[in-house]
Amino acid sequence: MIRIRGLRKSFGGRFVLDGVDAEVREGAVVALLGPSGSGKSTLLRCLNGLERFDHGSVEIAGLSLTATPATSDELTRLRSAVGMVFQEFHLFPHLDVLDNVTLAPRVVRKADRAVAERKARDLLEVLGLAERVHARTFELSGGQKQRVALARALVQGVEVLLLDEPTSALDPALKGEVRDLLRRVRSGEVGERGAKPLTLLIATHELDLARDLADEVWTMREGRIERRGAPA
Amino acid sequence: MRRAKLEWTKRIALTLSAVLVTLSSAGRSRAGELERELRKPSELSWGGDLQGGAPYVFEDETQPGKIRGFEVDIAEALARRLGLEARFAQNDWSNLVPALERGDFDIALNGLEDTRERRERILLSEPYFVYGETLAVRKGAPASSLEALSGRRVATLNQTFAHDFLKTRGVEIVLYEGQQEPYADLAQGRVDAVLLDHVIADVYGCPLPEVRCLPEDVARGTYVIGIAKGRAALKRAIDDALAAMRRDGELERVLRTWKLWDERQLTLASTSSVASATSSPSPLPSTAPGSAARPPLETPSQRGFDAVQLALFLQGAGATIAISLGAFALALPFGLLLAVARAFGGTALRVAATAYIELFRGTPVLLQLYVLYFGLAPIVKFDAWQAAVLGLGLNYAAYEAEVHRGALMALPRGQSEAARALGLTRLQTLRHVLVPQAFTNALPAVTNDFIALLKDSSLVSVITVVELTKRMTISAVDLRDWLVPGVACAALYLAMSLPLARLSRHLERRLAHDSHPRLA
Repeated sequence: MIRIRGLRKSFGGRFVLDGVDAEVREGAVVALLGPSGSGKSTLLRCLNGLERFDHGSVEIAGLSLTATPATSDELTRLRSAVGMVFQEFHLFPHLDVLDNVTLAPRVVRKADRAVAERKARDLLEVLGLAERVHARTFELSGGQKQRVALARALVQGVEVLLLDEPTSALDPALKGEVRDLLRRVRSGEVGERGAKPLTLLIATHELDLARDLADEVWTMREGRIERRGAPA
Repeated sequence: MRRAKLEWTKRIALTLSAVLVTLSSAGRSRAGELERELRKPSELSWGGDLQGGAPYVFEDETQPGKIRGFEVDIAEALARRLGLEARFAQNDWSNLVPALERGDFDIALNGLEDTRERRERILLSEPYFVYGETLAVRKGAPASSLEALSGRRVATLNQTFAHDFLKTRGVEIVLYEGQQEPYADLAQGRVDAVLLDHVIADVYGCPLPEVRCLPEDVARGTYVIGIAKGRAALKRAIDDALAAMRRDGELERVLRTWKLWDERQLTLASTSSVASATSSPSPLPSTAPGSAARPPLETPSQRGFDAVQLALFLQGAGATIAISLGAFALALPFGLLLAVARAFGGTALRVAATAYIELFRGTPVLLQLYVLYFGLAPIVKFDAWQAAVLGLGLNYAAYEAEVHRGALMALPRGQSEAARALGLTRLQTLRHVLVPQAFTNALPAVTNDFIALLKDSSLVSVITVVELTKRMTISAVDLRDWLVPGVACAALYLAMSLPLARLSRHLERRLAHDSHPRLA
């Protein structure tokens, strides 16, 4: 369960989030729609502590965030439970695909390298990247980068996955592929199966994506959720 | 211009070190046996500069590593009489006094003139040689006295009696660090006259076809041995040994061997009173028949640049590489730490790192070397190699810090966000994501800095390290030739730096390929 209460966040005096209240049940898929600058990305970034907020509170993955900055330990726990896939992927160019995926398990969870690599290879195989484990990230296509970014987030066994515009950096032809992929993620076919069903929050411009995948659609406008409802 | 800067920084550093040394020596015990005043109980180490060349002290061309010269003979005679082993310590001539004060050797014995300034600073022995100041002019030039040169350019060596002497003569003084160059410039017409000790003039000036040496001494003075303040027993022992050498004729024999014995030396027998009564040499009346017979001096045979020289040059290049690698091994990690501190540290850390970087980038590395080696000597006594590596390393760390900071700041913000979003702490993000990328991106610039360091390492010759450039200047004076040694030296520097320049370009290309694969 994610609970967002009275969330406000300003940049330079302008409120980008201006009182967001919402709840998401475990295992749900929520699509955030709305024009650019309506606060979709900022809301996602607040949910895993990349942005602090000015007012309100968030309960997520058993942790409670407030306007008071979280401690380093709290942030590490939060991020082990809440994964994020960025619009531009932000893969690490100095590492190959396998190291991109195993970095967090090895460094954050202190997992044994062999164990981490076995898990990562399994995941990459399911994602169709078995042949590319030792490729450098600049050698990958857009769709492949997307899948590596997804693997990097999922390998930790997260409870919540935040996706910021997952299809906007991709060719139109690949968009359907991403939809199928996310459907498989949602069903638990792809990814480390955690104790709880995976909850997805997807900021997107794609109405198709929202319609196909989401249980609920939030339409944001000027820092508020203007409308919440089932996909049209 | 570089030399002027060098002089300026040198003066500051020397003043600073003089203050520190004086402070520290005040509390030193003045009592004690000769042995306790020596660096090693069985050894008399004596400082001089091989670059001074013949006939003072120079390398034997036929036996590399062996040194010759009249001062070598005197040092060995003194040591023998004191029951000690003489050991030569190479030191930049202009820094003999500070090096003596920091205890790099027991005595300074290298054409050290008895001047008031030195007398105030260190102990001076009785004289072992009387020199005349010889005025050299261009052949055909009308000037036949110093008075006639009023307002003209007169060259001499820095820190010599001749320099002090010229200050009150209304001439424009041009200072040099080596004794061959002033005469070369006189021959070229860059200066109008040279005033230097007759020993130097006889070897480096008077034999030149373009140069005429005036027969009369402009002034006379004595060479003495420098001993650090507070070493009274050592001074007594040296004076006694010198007196014995004068009495039994050994000093005369040595000077005759080197064809340095002339009528000037006759005053040596009674010099003890002369030298101690007047603390600095006095000018002779220009009418005085002070002319001395000028016996031909033994000069090194006119050998060219040969295998022996090449071996010495390679050794010098080895020293250059060793110092540069050592300094860079310090500069890289330290610079990286400074960069991280400045880019990501808290206020205190950021201010400290910034202050360090500005201090070390904003002051000459030469000054830093002087302070490290001479200035800090009373507190921490680094040997010359340690000071060289540390000095260059600390200086280059400031430059590397800025290179790495630039590379860190240039990384896309998304990289650190992606790492943080995966749960990495700030430190883990730095260590596993940001620093490795920044380091790779900085490599071409870092390689270029290493090339610059290779060349800057020549500065450490001022703190007595003989590396490639110093080796070249020593050989050039020995061979009376700057061209061939200069070209050989340049060739060796290029042999070291060109492969690095290629590496840098290669790294740059690879980097461009990695970040813009579609353009490649």
